Amino acid sequence: MQDLLNIFIKSAFIENLILAYFIGMCSFLAVSKTVKTAIGLGAAVIFVLGITVPINWLLQNLLLVEGALAWIHPSFATVDLTFLSFILFIAVIASVVQLVEMIVEKTSPALYNALGIFLPLITVNCAILGGCLFMVQREYNFAEATVYGLGGGIGWAIAIIALASIREKLRYSNVPAPLRGLGIAFIITGLMGIAFMSLMGIKF
Amino acid sequence: MSQATETSPVIQEQNKEAWFSPKNRKLISDPLTDNNPITIQILGLCSALAVTTQVKPAIIMAIGVTIVTAFSNLIIAIIRNTIPTRIRMIVQLVIVAALVALVDQVLRAVVYDVSKQLSVFVGLIITNCIVMGRLEAFAMGNKPWPSFLDGIGNGLGYGAILVILAVLRELFGSGTLIGYQIVPQAVYDMGYVNNGVMVTPASAMFLIAIIIWIQRSRNPKLVDIS
Repeated sequence: MQDLLNIFIKSAFIENLILAYFIGMCSFLAVSKTVKTAIGLGAAVIFVLGITVPINWLLQNLLLVEGALAWIHPSFATVDLTFLSFILFIAVIASVVQLVEMIVEKTSPALYNALGIFLPLITVNCAILGGCLFMVQREYNFAEATVYGLGGGIGWAIAIIALASIREKLRYSNVPAPLRGLGIAFIITGLMGIAFMSLMGIKF
Repeated sequence: MSQATETSPVIQEQNKEAWFSPKNRKLISDPLTDNNPITIQILGLCSALAVTTQVKPAIIMAIGVTIVTAFSNLIIAIIRNTIPTRIRMIVQLVIVAALVALVDQVLRAVVYDVSKQLSVFVGLIITNCIVMGRLEAFAMGNKPWPSFLDGIGNGLGYGAILVILAVLRELFGSGTLIGYQIVPQAVYDMGYVNNGVMVTPASAMFLIAIIIWIQRSRNPKLVDIS
């Protein structure tokens, strides 16, 4: 239990996908203009990461790794299909995102319009594929993978909501004209990243 | 000479636009300046932060992304009318993933040591937002040839920023360029120290911000009003 809690804290704060690894920057910067859309996209990312990481864990361990297919026939025990993991992971992510897109379009057209091109782009949000690949690399078990997916998503959502709140306040400050909008957002993200570096090393 | 190349396709097919008409040339030049994928469209940042600590991987990465963007744009534009909209993302991703696998195999066959160094990043082209973003924004609604040019233009615009970032970061972060020592030993002896911040991803954020600052100072039309 303590292990799971550790993984959650680690994935959400210490090893925050955006601020420690700078993964998933594109939609992070583009959709953080207002807090409301940031919350919407954050929720979508939590949902997609929380579902795809466990599904991909199952695929990886029951289908792709060497020896996973031995139950069909003993001669399959040496088959190693891990070179297919990219395509399989991406296919799972794409189908889950398409599902989320349909749900959002039906339930909240305003949010659907606000998210625009960045809703389908969750598919290629590096945070999702990055989360899946980290899960494989760190050799988590099923429960740990699920917690890691949720924690990573929540960390991503926290970071985007924080940046959106800062940018809403920034509207009243006197930024040099060429830096307004995107430029200052880059600088803020860099500073937030340096600030989050100080969290590295916290452990229960 | 240029007149001949511009008019000959028009004679063959009168309804068709010239291959390098001003409009099509703009498709290549625009992403290099006023519609740059990284600084204006904000696409493809993850790899911009990850591969730019050195120049060589940045150049190979730029070539790979250009090839994948151009050909995925071309293929999607050809079959755009036959893709059902509900499953378009999966179709697009399968095509992109296949192209990335091809690029990976070619790199492995031709420049094995570089591909070994790049292995993770080549796979990450699949999740590079530029590829998918251009497919959604351009190739789904345009003819094959303009889409192909749009892909090349955006790949080059991405590569230009990548190489600028990599040159600055490698020069100031480790004093080398493409592996060759640029800052002479004598300077180190005088007390010069490599700038450690340049190796961290945060420095890439600051450098991109500076590039945006310069670009928008020169062209006030691009300034963000909101």
